[in-house]
Amino acid sequence: MERPLTEHIKPGAPPLTFEEYRKAGGYEGVRKALKEMSPTEVTNLIKDAKLLGRGGAGFPTGVKWSLVPMEPDRSKPKYLVCNADEMEPGTFKDRYLLEGNPHQLIAGMIVAAYAIQADKAYIFLRWAYKKAEKALRKALAEAYEAGYLGENILGSGFNLDLNIHVSAGRYICGEETALLNSLEGKRAIPRTKPPFPAASGLFGRPTVVNNVETLSWASHIVSHGAAWFKSLSLTETGGTKIFGVSGRVKNPGLWELPMGTTVREILEEHAGGMTEGYRFRGALPGGASTDFLVEQHLDIQMDFATVAAAGSRMGTGTMIILDDKTCPVAFLKNIERFFALESCGWCTPCREGLPWVEKILTAIEEGRGRMEHLDTLKSQTKYLAPGHTFCAHAPGAAEPLQSGLKYFHDDFVQHIHDKKCPWK
Amino acid sequence: MTMVKIQIDGKQYEVKQGKNLLEAGLTLGIDIPHFCYHPAMGSVGACRLCAVKKFRDADDKQGRIVMSCLEPVTEGMIIETRDDTSKDFRASVVEGLMTNHPHDCPVCDEGGECHLQDMTVMTGHNYRHFDFKKRTHNNQYLGPFIAHEMNRCIQCYRCVRFYRDYAGGKDLNVFSSHNHVYFGRHEEGTLESEFSGNLVEVCPTGVFTDKTFHKHFTRKWDLSNAPSVCTGCSVGCNIIVSERYGSLRRVMNRYNGAVNGYFICDRGRFGYEFVNDEKRIRTIKIRHKKNDNQEEAENETLISLLKTELSKDKRIIGIGSPRASIESNFALSTLVGKENFYHGISKKEHLLTDTILNFMKQSSIRTPSLKQMEKADAVLVLGEDLVNTAPMVALALRQSTRNKSFETAEKNGIPSWNDAPLRELAQDEKSPLFVITSFKDSLDEIAENSIRESYDGIANLGFAMAGLLDTKAPSPSNLNKEHQNLAEKIATILKNAKNPLIVSGVHSGDERMVQAALNMAKALSSVNKNCMLSMVLPESNSMGLAMMPGKSLDDLASLEEIDTLVVLENDLYRRASEKSVNALFEKSKKVIVLDHLINKTTQRADLLLPAATFVEAEGTLVSHEGRAQRFYKALPDKEPVMESWRWIGEMIQAKEQKQEATWKRFDDLVASLTHELPVFDGLEKHMPDADFRMLNEKVPRQTLRYSGRTSMNAKVAVSETRITLDEDSPLTFSMEGQSEMPPSSLTPFYWTPGWNSVQALYGYLDEPNGSMKGGDPGIRLIEPAENDNTEYFKEMSSTSENHERELQIVPVYQIFGSEELSTKSPALAKRIKDPFIYLNPEDAKAVGVDDDELVHLEIDDNKLEIKVKIENSLPKGVVGMAKNFPEMPFVMLPGYGRFKKINS
Repeated sequence: MERPLTEHIKPGAPPLTFEEYRKAGGYEGVRKALKEMSPTEVTNLIKDAKLLGRGGAGFPTGVKWSLVPMEPDRSKPKYLVCNADEMEPGTFKDRYLLEGNPHQLIAGMIVAAYAIQADKAYIFLRWAYKKAEKALRKALAEAYEAGYLGENILGSGFNLDLNIHVSAGRYICGEETALLNSLEGKRAIPRTKPPFPAASGLFGRPTVVNNVETLSWASHIVSHGAAWFKSLSLTETGGTKIFGVSGRVKNPGLWELPMGTTVREILEEHAGGMTEGYRFRGALPGGASTDFLVEQHLDIQMDFATVAAAGSRMGTGTMIILDDKTCPVAFLKNIERFFALESCGWCTPCREGLPWVEKILTAIEEGRGRMEHLDTLKSQTKYLAPGHTFCAHAPGAAEPLQSGLKYFHDDFVQHIHDKKCPWK
Repeated sequence: MTMVKIQIDGKQYEVKQGKNLLEAGLTLGIDIPHFCYHPAMGSVGACRLCAVKKFRDADDKQGRIVMSCLEPVTEGMIIETRDDTSKDFRASVVEGLMTNHPHDCPVCDEGGECHLQDMTVMTGHNYRHFDFKKRTHNNQYLGPFIAHEMNRCIQCYRCVRFYRDYAGGKDLNVFSSHNHVYFGRHEEGTLESEFSGNLVEVCPTGVFTDKTFHKHFTRKWDLSNAPSVCTGCSVGCNIIVSERYGSLRRVMNRYNGAVNGYFICDRGRFGYEFVNDEKRIRTIKIRHKKNDNQEEAENETLISLLKTELSKDKRIIGIGSPRASIESNFALSTLVGKENFYHGISKKEHLLTDTILNFMKQSSIRTPSLKQMEKADAVLVLGEDLVNTAPMVALALRQSTRNKSFETAEKNGIPSWNDAPLRELAQDEKSPLFVITSFKDSLDEIAENSIRESYDGIANLGFAMAGLLDTKAPSPSNLNKEHQNLAEKIATILKNAKNPLIVSGVHSGDERMVQAALNMAKALSSVNKNCMLSMVLPESNSMGLAMMPGKSLDDLASLEEIDTLVVLENDLYRRASEKSVNALFEKSKKVIVLDHLINKTTQRADLLLPAATFVEAEGTLVSHEGRAQRFYKALPDKEPVMESWRWIGEMIQAKEQKQEATWKRFDDLVASLTHELPVFDGLEKHMPDADFRMLNEKVPRQTLRYSGRTSMNAKVAVSETRITLDEDSPLTFSMEGQSEMPPSSLTPFYWTPGWNSVQALYGYLDEPNGSMKGGDPGIRLIEPAENDNTEYFKEMSSTSENHERELQIVPVYQIFGSEELSTKSPALAKRIKDPFIYLNPEDAKAVGVDDDELVHLEIDDNKLEIKVKIENSLPKGVVGMAKNFPEMPFVMLPGYGRFKKINS
């Protein structure tokens, strides 16, 4: 089985140097794109490959690129931004790629920047990723040294300046427009859409924001083609996907597997099943902001469309497992506290609703809950629906809550009835 | 204007294309609740309260929630505002805000005019489900004007959007995040913006409230109000003045779509307290013999004295005032005769104002309204420190620099109301603004070029640009290369602009500079017909006074003896040197003074008469735009205080030994005024007279809920007293009458069903941010001439060569400190700096002084000690000096002076 994204990553060993990665063929896509293809051909190739964004939303990457105006006169400067502000609870796949093979990302970013004809690119990096920052800075210096960044790359006439911006550490910066505000030095609040970043992004200029895993693919797809990319997958969506599992399993971790691998296979074969003495109760399939999957969903394939059909989202593809020795109310309370704290404070439902949810969950867990609280929680999940709030933060926070209320209703009632947490 | 058809709640409407749904709804009178949208600042979609349901087409039964503030109106759009989903959602938004909002309405100054209260009722949120503790904040001291109560905050972000984005303030911001967001200063301290008071009206609840109002707080519904005009400067912003128990309680903005729109400056809002001053002149005072003290007197004594002192054989001289109404000035002119009427301003100010007025009358250049200034796409400011001399003009120019970004946004399909994307797209893109002054200016930060020059340098640049635009205009020959390039750049940009604007004024006191500005405008209009010119004048009625015949104060020097001198609302010691004013009083056998507050001039009076202030009288002021606007009485009469024109009417009656009053009512005076001076015809023709009635009723000053009328006087008499009659205006001191939609110039307060806050204004406008229904108040008395009859001013030689050993001293006006009456208001007085001079670092070094040290300054006959402020922006050799500060002697500026360090 091919594992293009992770084949050169050896945990514990330093990442490949520029020269090592180039020799391994890693920069081949860059050479091919810049020397042999027009920017539009690159974008079309990515479109054909059906690369869907790996940050969680699964938006077609090629389509995103194709929205950038390409008239040479009116659209300079343009920007490419890599969203490396990985803060989704339970998600650590980008970190693995950043620390393990920074050149793969750089090569992908050169290709992407070329496709949209961006002059400047930024890696917006999570502040806590110190090791990744070190690896990236070293790799960047090497790439500049080798003439793969800077002016007139490989004699193609294409220039690209690539910089690292270390984030101040807010979850909301993962929202691409809040990220852009932050990058401009403003408060990290999401922007009104439309206009989308492709029309008015960083400093009001056309901008593409892509996730680390997404961009890491770009050079590979250019060198091997769309058909190859599609062949890696078990479903319509192309490529492999980095899946992860955390929680009480025998072997928590990350694996690069074909898109469409089932939850059961990931959980039982790769993560080794539940730890002795623990029973599976549910999983958040793609980070904290996705709906619970339970026993009945174990055989669904992990892909954007299939998980959505089961009422959740694949998100980042890194699961958090809830076991039978963990209180689901406390589990949710932790999650909602995180989302309440990370609300930017811009729109009312999110700013006021999430702390209320958190307070109710705390009260229920501490045995102070009332049955009316369950009604309030339920109405909050409706109130925090997409379109009601300014961005997707609160609707994301509502996902584990609404499914948790459904699947673990009895646990909630028991807390309220017993006036204490049965797990304590 | 293209219209689109939309359907709201099953009804068909036609609305203007390009608007958003919220604006369209509010225009149609449909109550769509909202918080964060403000008509002057656009939409940002933060509060989520304006949610409505939008349907894809007639077959769509589901629909989806959209925010009406962010939804452009489109042909065939189907909207429901009353369906359960959007109603429940809106109620949930208010419920969310209420989780932390303190239920302190009874002790909150906003109570009764609170947008949050209105929206809570409007959305129907009622029973509280939240059963946890509220989050709390610490409050800050924000200076003498604004009180801060952060716990009430509902995080609509309007305050920072006004303060920073709209008004360019720096020291108010939003801090922290999630439900801890905090709106305040980085540390406690006075809010520095000149427009901070607007926070009181912009804030939808009681976070920012008026501290001066709090000192004598009254609920909105208990106030008795009158439409009024600010007397703080020559702009003529419209205000609402409010009374309770005989004292003036507060000043709020009064909307005028052509002038100040939604906002006023802090001088206008907080400078009112002098009206309530305990030291107000409230009795008739008479000095019977020279050197005696002034003593209180009865009216009869006064009348008999007047009969003697004003008898026909006496030489009577009248001195008017640019801070008194046209009518009072005219009354005085009638008493003394045109030939004996003096404007009460210096010869220089008289000359400059007259020059400008003549130019305005004879030129074909338009003098823009404040609103039109906002639309200018290229602006030149010549020698006027606008934020201190005409603050709202500075605010308008700040908006004008955004026009370029509106254009860019339109090209990119972003409507002008979509504020956040517009600013993100435009970034720092600005319409050109050029500021040519002698020292730092608040507009520098948004100016394309800020040029610091001596007065000569500024005038030279002006003349040079005029010469570049029209070869017939005289041009200086000695311009350096840098200035030549600059002049060319500015001239070209103004020439090619769609609506270029030149702003200058008389505060410099420099004739050459005024001439340069006028030449520049004339030259520009020869190549660009859309060119506009705005010349700022010193006081609220400088223009009105200039439109009446009269001489300057200096012209009095030639008179040998005066029998009776009548001074109208004018402290002459602020207008001329102490020596010359003393000389004037010494040669006057009797001095009659009418004024509100004690000053050096009133102390010289033999007869001192208590004159009504602008809130105790009717009167008309003419702004520098030439717009005549009327103010109305808010405070009922308090004998013996009377309008100046009434006092003067009594004087005429005494002089002519008549039985009947000269003018029974204000309208009689206006009739004689327009008869004598046809230039004021519009006042009689277009302003509602006292007999104006709506459905046979007067317009009430009080709201329907006004309380206490039967009891508020109980300590005097148990029976209900008769209301004060008002024969001079169509307004009545009552809650009874026809309060629905009076003419815009007579609107004393805003209230519509469901809207108790200032947002009730929507009901009075043709559309949000539009005009008052039936037209904005005020009458323009001067319109551009069809044929331009102006001549270029010839280049005068500068005078600076003669003063080699001295430094040129130019005036520095301050919003707080330079206007006479507002400085007597306690809160505003706290903002007045010590008198100071600005010194360039090199000049300071030459004198050997440092920041905050004292120097000895000799200028003309004056010797004063004054504090030094090192000011890097000043050109070398130019000194700035605080102008017209309280307690400072009069100094004619610009002038030349010498400095010496004071060794302590």
